[in-house]
Amino acid sequence: MWDHEIRAMASSHAIIAASVFMATVLPAVLLPGFSVYGSHLLWLYSVSGAVTAVSVAVFWLLGITPPTKKHTLGYKLSRLFRSCLYFFLSCLFFHTVVVLYGAPLIESALETFSLAVLLTSLTTLRCLCVLGPNVQAWIRVFSRHGAMSVWDTCLQITVACTVVGAWMGAFPIPLDWDRPWQVWPISCSLGAMIGFLTGLVAAPAWIHYHRKQLTYKCK
Amino acid sequence: MKGLPVLSLLLWMSSVFFVGLYLFVGGFLLVRLEVNRTSGCEDVLHPGQDPVDFCWARPRFRRAVLLIIDALKIDFARFDPNNTTPRPYQNKLPVLQETASSRPLQSRLYPFRADPPTTTMQRIKGFTTGSLPTFVDVGNNFASSAILEDNLIHQLGKEGKRVVFMGDDTWENLFPKKFHRSLPFPSFNVKDLHTVDNGILQHLYNTIIGDDWDVLVAHFLGVDHCGHRFGPDHPAMADKLTQMDGVIRSVMDRLQNDTLLVVMGDHGMTDSGDHGGESQKETDAAIFLYSPSPIFPGPPTQNEPDVVPQTDLVPTLALLLGVPIPYSSVGQVLLPLFPPHGQTEGAVRGLSQLEALWINAKQVNRFLETYSGMAKDIPPESLLQLKDQFSRLSSEYLSSVGEGRSPSQQLASSLQAYLTSVRDTCRSTWAQFNPLKMAAGLSILALACLMCFLLSELSVVLVREDDGGLKVLVVAALAAGVGVAAAQLLSQGYMELTWCLAAGAFSSELLFFWRARRLGSPAVSKNGTKGPKSGGWLTPRRLLIPPLLVPLLRCASLLSDSYVIAEGRVVTFLLFSLALYIPVHLNWDGLLLPPSHDPLKSAGLLPSPALSPSTVRKESSVLLSCLGLLVGSLYLSLSFHGCREEQGSCQPSAFLSPLSRFQDSQLKNIHYVLSVVSLGLWTYLLRRCLCHYGNLNSSGGAVFTARWVLPLLSVCLGLHWAVSATPEDSFRNLGELIRLAQLALPRAAFCLLGLGLALIWLDPLTVFVKTRAAASSRSSSLPPPRYRASTGISPQAELHHLIPQIYQRMRRSLDDGELSGGGEAGGRPMVEAYGLGSVYSAPLLLFWGLLGVGLLLLHPEGMALAFLLLLLEMGALLHIHASSSTLRGLHGACSGGFTVPWTPVVLWSLAATQFFHATGHLPTFPSIQWGAAFVGFPDGHTGTVLPASLVTLNTFASHILFAVGCPLLLFWPLVCEVRGGRGGRGCGEEGEDAVMEMRLRENPQQFSSALLQLSTRYLFIHGTQVFASVCAAAILRRHLMVWKVFAPKLMFEASGFLVSSIFLLIGVSLVLRVDLSVGRWFQRLIPESSR
Ligand SMILES: [Zn+2]
Ligand SMILES: [Zn+2]
Repeated sequence: MWDHEIRAMASSHAIIAASVFMATVLPAVLLPGFSVYGSHLLWLYSVSGAVTAVSVAVFWLLGITPPTKKHTLGYKLSRLFRSCLYFFLSCLFFHTVVVLYGAPLIESALETFSLAVLLTSLTTLRCLCVLGPNVQAWIRVFSRHGAMSVWDTCLQITVACTVVGAWMGAFPIPLDWDRPWQVWPISCSLGAMIGFLTGLVAAPAWIHYHRKQLTYKCK
Repeated sequence: MKGLPVLSLLLWMSSVFFVGLYLFVGGFLLVRLEVNRTSGCEDVLHPGQDPVDFCWARPRFRRAVLLIIDALKIDFARFDPNNTTPRPYQNKLPVLQETASSRPLQSRLYPFRADPPTTTMQRIKGFTTGSLPTFVDVGNNFASSAILEDNLIHQLGKEGKRVVFMGDDTWENLFPKKFHRSLPFPSFNVKDLHTVDNGILQHLYNTIIGDDWDVLVAHFLGVDHCGHRFGPDHPAMADKLTQMDGVIRSVMDRLQNDTLLVVMGDHGMTDSGDHGGESQKETDAAIFLYSPSPIFPGPPTQNEPDVVPQTDLVPTLALLLGVPIPYSSVGQVLLPLFPPHGQTEGAVRGLSQLEALWINAKQVNRFLETYSGMAKDIPPESLLQLKDQFSRLSSEYLSSVGEGRSPSQQLASSLQAYLTSVRDTCRSTWAQFNPLKMAAGLSILALACLMCFLLSELSVVLVREDDGGLKVLVVAALAAGVGVAAAQLLSQGYMELTWCLAAGAFSSELLFFWRARRLGSPAVSKNGTKGPKSGGWLTPRRLLIPPLLVPLLRCASLLSDSYVIAEGRVVTFLLFSLALYIPVHLNWDGLLLPPSHDPLKSAGLLPSPALSPSTVRKESSVLLSCLGLLVGSLYLSLSFHGCREEQGSCQPSAFLSPLSRFQDSQLKNIHYVLSVVSLGLWTYLLRRCLCHYGNLNSSGGAVFTARWVLPLLSVCLGLHWAVSATPEDSFRNLGELIRLAQLALPRAAFCLLGLGLALIWLDPLTVFVKTRAAASSRSSSLPPPRYRASTGISPQAELHHLIPQIYQRMRRSLDDGELSGGGEAGGRPMVEAYGLGSVYSAPLLLFWGLLGVGLLLLHPEGMALAFLLLLLEMGALLHIHASSSTLRGLHGACSGGFTVPWTPVVLWSLAATQFFHATGHLPTFPSIQWGAAFVGFPDGHTGTVLPASLVTLNTFASHILFAVGCPLLLFWPLVCEVRGGRGGRGCGEEGEDAVMEMRLRENPQQFSSALLQLSTRYLFIHGTQVFASVCAAAILRRHLMVWKVFAPKLMFEASGFLVSSIFLLIGVSLVLRVDLSVGRWFQRLIPESSR
């Protein structure tokens, strides 16, 4: 009975993954002097923007976002405002965490913040899309029995993959290889992106193979 | 509880580790064989075939003055007239450059490159024997012993030259009774800038004018000590260098024509004024040669060497002074000092360049032959190549000399090339690994790690059964050791202790595994009920959990030099990750937040929570705020790191330099106030904690320590800092007093520390008992408490029930303000005990705190802040552990078992490494804080044990503190249990109130097994780290960085493990000691109360 949902998930993930590739490839074709290492900040923002736009569109079209109780314009606006606020707060949160992990505090604050924006658009934005601006629900989702739908499980997998990828992206930084991708924050963003793409692939596959074991309580 | 089995198992465990380490280090650390032969005049090296005893020939110079200015870096010696704003160490020795350019025939200035290790004694050894020092010698700087190898001083003495020495007394230890006259001055106190130099200057000029000497050696220490104390960039360095400039000028004025003056540094210094490593700043010293008569054939030419290796001094001086070159020298004569062939009949007579090179090459070849006969460490193929090269050169030389034609210039450069390649071969291959010992050590260590892991998993079974198991192991080890010893004696006639130890360790390990297999199977079936445990202990599912993955990553990081260099950051990163994992994992299990009132609960899908939502929320907030504290202190602690030389753009922490180095007095005051405030906070927090749990009420030794010794110690320390920070010249009339205080204050602190620790050990109980005779009459009228309902209980049972009551009384009366508990509350108990709930942790905490202040005494003042962070981080870790185990207690895990899970133990041991770095230490030899040896001993030491142990205590302070405090991990969840009990009625068992650590007393079996498990887990994590660094050293033993990174890391890791295990044993035995006295206390109490 989930075949439909899994198929929807797989196709939406394909679109999002394609947007990541396009955000990398298109500027390289259009803009002179654009490269992943050379102008990494531009690349980061282009990927973040593409993922944000595409995710919002896809999830809105699929209608995953929890239905609002009220349909007044004011309520919708406040919801939008809260979502933006959460997005920004999440950027700050990731920035703080990354700095606490050992990123330089002042020298490359812009780079660190760009990484935080990328992480936010890869993780928090999905939470916003799937669960709405509701932190309680976010925290609830990330527990063993917290997932209430296929999309919640998918959220768990992609977010975990992204965060772990970003974490592992920090490993090559101390090595003395002097490669361009070791420059802060390229390796971490690469790690996060690879983790995110892995999550996009892994989530439908995992759900597909474990669909017998998965039982969700109705909301 | 069974104390002895726990202690002896731990002791055995760590000694197996020690044996493995000893074996590996014995095989790994390089040992160069000393050739105990000496050169003489009779073994002729003279050119030509006819034997001419060249000792009788008139030498180039009759006399030589060797002025050694310790740590005279080449930068100090250069003079740049264009530099208008020189730093304090620049342009202060103009005499050298001035003379070199104005009198090019008489003088030269070269960079003088030392071989690492660049410690003074090693260098003196190097430039008197002409050989290359090995890694092992580094540690000998404390225990200088006489040089037994052939050396320049010995040769000079043998030829009847009168060698007069003055200066650094290291020489006197290296060359006892070799000098005609000697004026040694104490060198050990690096804070003393002037004693040695002024002592030399008192005698130097008179001696030079006199005729009572042939070779004069004067070793000035002021520049080096100034570097150690203030760093090169300090006005004191300018003064010192200017003084040296004057000294050199005066000596040059007094020289006679037949005298050679050599001014040289033994090594350089880093920007912080230290030395010992192999960075170019440390190795590049200066050498300046001068004589009143022309010594160079011409002004500097193209062929001048860019850099003079330090080994080259020995053959040059020997040939110039007409003595044989010491036997094991591998140096090369300094050619510009010898006239080219055919010009020997000029103003000065002597050997020509070619003759000197020939003598030199012949001597080096002879040494090489002797050495390769003794040791097999030089690769045979390069040896063969060198031999071929030499025989070719010698036949060419001899034929040309025999025919009487002048040899070609080509020959000289080939000889030079030969000498250089000999030195390079020696330098690259003077590494004598013993692969057999290394392999044995590695395998013993690997098995020991595995054994440690099994021991921690089997602790329950092992404690349950008797001590007999260990006895069998020890007997087996002894038998194997003796057997091997006997076999060795029979077959070889002598025995090697290492192999006996190895056999012992190996056999006991194998026996343990055999027994563990037998024990393991029933253990599993017993624990089988606990679900996932039934899968055996070594399944990947149980091993690949994040708390074990993190130590695995840490071990893997030890295999890469980049990660070892960035170790401080790496460990902080891992620690932070694992700390974040705790709340994430709790949330994953649905334990972090109170379960929302959803339909699940009513449907009975989840067990009804034993803790009320408010308690859960409170525990979660405690956990999260402690996590914040932990993260904050982790982040702040990053600013206390030192810098390795490999880290290019790194600034060492400003807190690392002692206050006396600060020039800005306002900054100095701020730092002092900060340090004193953190010291005060340290003391206050400890006392506050003890007071909170009611441990400051009684009158025992431990409480006396907490009340008086600890604050007094802190005051002592604060005063000591104040005294040592005052500039010497600011209070001239108080100088005597200050000196006295510098001696007395730290010593008083040492005494107080000893007194406090002894008192805690002798009387560790912090329980205050109050007997109420009046209340006992009324007690019969009141309904007896529930838990005393049954009559006729045995004393043992009574004991079990009494404790909660005592404890409960104590809490209540403390809450009521001690005195108000008169009427209703006074009814039930006859005995009130204060502080019983934290009876184990209180003395341990106090011991820990006292030790911390003592270790702080050995650090620079600024480290007080780091120590405060350490305290905070430790508290945060303990509370995180306590809260998470309370939250985990939700699912009925309350049933006995004090098992400390892996996560907190891993965090604990990572924190030990992290604070090793955050207290300014680094796993490199130059970063050792030698200043610690002079705390309380400003005039130096006579022995070597005391300074060595002081430096060890300083270096491994964080290892010591975390090892001693390790048992606190076991106690803290119990100590904090009361909060859960108060807020929402205990964990599950409604009737029983919080009894805190008395739970341990009720289950002695579980207590000892949990203690054993905790200690073995801690040892396991440290043991795997040691194993990883041993592996790194073994695998990468030909790596470029092995002597710079991996070998020092191995030494530090191994010593850290040694210190950790010793202090872990001390902590555990303190717990056992407390347990013993608690037992006695109960024995005294029971008859009283049952009356
Ligand atoms: Zn020196
Ligand atoms: Zn020195």
